[in-house]
Amino acid sequence: MLRYVLRRLLGAIPTLFLIVTGAFFLIRIAPGGPFDRERTLEPTVMENLNRIFQLDKPLWEQYLHYLGNLARGDFGPSFIYRDFTVAELLAAGLPVSMTLGSLALLTALLLGGLLGCIAALYQNSWIDYAVIATATFGITVPNFVLAPLLALIFGVWLSWLPAGGWNGGTPANMVLPVIALALPQVAVVARLIRGSMIEALRADHVRTARAYGLPTRMVVVTHALRSACLPAVSYLGPAAAALLTGSIVIEQIFGLPGIGRYFVTGALNRDYTLVMGTVVVIAVFVVLFNLIVDILYAALDPRVRYD
Amino acid sequence: MDDTPVLELTDLRVRFDSPDGPVEAVRGVSLHVARGETVAVVGESGSGKSQMMMGAMGLLAANGCADGSARYHGRELVGMPKTALDRIRGRHVTMIFQEPMTSLDPLYRIERQIAEPLMVHGRLSRRAARARALELLELVQIPRAAARMQAYPHELSGGQRQRVMIAMALANDPDLLIADEPTTALDVTIQAEILSLLADLQQRLGMAILFITHDLGIVEAFADRVYVMRAGRMVEEGATAQVFAAPARTYTRMLLDAEPEGRKAPVDASAPVLLAGQNVNVTFGGGVGGFLTPETPELKAVQDVSLTLQRGQTLGIVGESGSGKSTLGRALLRLLPSTGRIQFEGTEISVLDRRAMRPHRKQLQMVFQDPYGSLSPRLTVGEIVTEGLLVHAPEIGAEERDAAAVRALQEVDLDPAVRNRFPHEFSGGQRQRIAIARALVLTPDVIVLDEPTSALDRSVQKQVIALLRDLQTRHGMSYLFISHDLSVVQAISDSVMVMKDGCIVEAGPTAEVFSTPRTDYTRRLMRAAFDLSAVLAERAA
Repeated sequence: MLRYVLRRLLGAIPTLFLIVTGAFFLIRIAPGGPFDRERTLEPTVMENLNRIFQLDKPLWEQYLHYLGNLARGDFGPSFIYRDFTVAELLAAGLPVSMTLGSLALLTALLLGGLLGCIAALYQNSWIDYAVIATATFGITVPNFVLAPLLALIFGVWLSWLPAGGWNGGTPANMVLPVIALALPQVAVVARLIRGSMIEALRADHVRTARAYGLPTRMVVVTHALRSACLPAVSYLGPAAAALLTGSIVIEQIFGLPGIGRYFVTGALNRDYTLVMGTVVVIAVFVVLFNLIVDILYAALDPRVRYD
Repeated sequence: MDDTPVLELTDLRVRFDSPDGPVEAVRGVSLHVARGETVAVVGESGSGKSQMMMGAMGLLAANGCADGSARYHGRELVGMPKTALDRIRGRHVTMIFQEPMTSLDPLYRIERQIAEPLMVHGRLSRRAARARALELLELVQIPRAAARMQAYPHELSGGQRQRVMIAMALANDPDLLIADEPTTALDVTIQAEILSLLADLQQRLGMAILFITHDLGIVEAFADRVYVMRAGRMVEEGATAQVFAAPARTYTRMLLDAEPEGRKAPVDASAPVLLAGQNVNVTFGGGVGGFLTPETPELKAVQDVSLTLQRGQTLGIVGESGSGKSTLGRALLRLLPSTGRIQFEGTEISVLDRRAMRPHRKQLQMVFQDPYGSLSPRLTVGEIVTEGLLVHAPEIGAEERDAAAVRALQEVDLDPAVRNRFPHEFSGGQRQRIAIARALVLTPDVIVLDEPTSALDRSVQKQVIALLRDLQTRHGMSYLFISHDLSVVQAISDSVMVMKDGCIVEAGPTAEVFSTPRTDYTRRLMRAAFDLSAVLAERAA
């Protein structure tokens, strides 16, 4: 198992290298530069800036320079948020995004799993239809509609919860963003679990469990649910990576200091190093969560082996 | 002693709701099983024999419903609340099922699965249940039982899994064991072992057994009484010996006569050799482990097999599952990488690449075991049958292709009008005819038939074999007939090869090998297949 993890981590290095290379050159192809949007600068100032940030060197030299720094764990300075390095920005934002993301993930798993099971157990009844209709609704409503609505209803009209802000991570401030982040995932998980649960309930080994008079709880939870979890687990890898690295929409609407916004603002402002920093973080998360999912899968299903 | 039957079904009906309206799977059946008795229910697929028991035990699919009466020791099971039913199921009445691959939960260890019903019904502690589980595994004669307790189902063979199911079934000393085709998915030798184990355990523990099967050989060797079921109704019942000696109904007689019959005369020794293999070897795995790639163990699926197939000859290849017979068939058609020489009509085809091999493919066709999986569900029968012509006779037009489909379908006794329909509209036997038509349309010299009748009912099997034999005389083709079913091989092939662990154990003319087998292995196969009663009797003695 340790060997397997090591092998997978080593195998991730070329993947990350390709992603970094692709992202580096793609953002450079985009027209403009980091200092274009400010008031027109004196040509000499511009030249100085370019020299300080080594933007006057040939592209391949900048690329090698960046790779070298990255290998040492140095993401470089941010071009736009002066006085901050990219690493400082990420270190400040990542805990916020991860807190929100993991809470949303947990909600999605518990609530989605529960709803999916209930729908499967009462297949083709009104309960099932209600869950599926809600889930479809949850998937189709975009979060930039859902989030302001939540803020408006619960924050402004009812004044139950703060409509925005982080406030140092007070639980009350987290409720609405977590709900807004989790709802679409709840819907997806509910649909996934419902589908695999229906199949699992028809499986021969579940029939065996019923034929041996096991109580319903054991039949459903022990024998059907565990195999029904497997498809949902493989969906969770990419979903977790996406949730934990923050969402620009949710962070903007609720005014949260996460890292989701850096990806978009960085790209729009041609803040090359900031974009690269977020790309690396997201890529590492995706690789890591896929690895976790594979290990989890093998733990759940003894037929899967580490090779 | 109270003489109410252990199980008594009276006018039991099972109905399924389907999009096309309700379907009656069981149309009012009655049967009874006395204490300690062995009763068999026999019928072809779709006769409702399994659904009858599922209905009685409250195990129907969600769209099914049972009415009528099913009494266990006089207590009505139909309509009984689930909690009450759960005190009978797995405690007094237990079941084993056909698919040993899927009937056990793949995610839990054997120990836990046997212990669960013990803890639920026997109120045993976890510890006591585990100790009892080990006793049970020893009772069903699983080698190294203590080590096997910690195994997962996928680590056991089919026969061992079925033994585990039997152990579960015996756990709570039931009065009645319902066995639904428990040996259908197993090799004949394993089947004989499982059946003698059941007979032995019944003698010792005294439970009644209700045996559901399509195999009359098992019924004759095993059951005291037999019920014959057809299309949801009982057509005949009686003592086994009596029903077998003098069946009252034509349907029963038809079932009894469904043993494949006829023998094939050997081909003339001077007939030209069409296909020859010399020292054919097929090896799977054997990857050397590196730092990033794990080592894979080498498996020699076929070892040094040499054979010749003459024009008009049928060479039967028999062996248990895993003996390498299918692999050999595929290797000979160059569908798998192999070493050794393979010649077809004098041309060395083992050295040809995919492209150079293509023209020969027209002459070398194949029919597969599973008639449900081997026909594309999205093509019409006509398209399926003529697809090969698109490759091998691209010059002919759509009209000619259609004419070829008509001819091929007529050859296999199907109405040519079916060519615009899709495979799911046909029964297993009809689908296998379509698969044969697909091979025939190319007028091949050699057809490799890989278990072509194994998924079919006996009576349908008999028809397909008659058809294959008839087509062979008409077109002078050669068959390589791969099967685990000795009676089928005996009926269709003129020479036979017995395979075990990738090697040929014995080969020769069919009549000779079947009448005087030379090796122990072949003798064991023959006895398990043809003399089940003797095997069981010997065991009991």
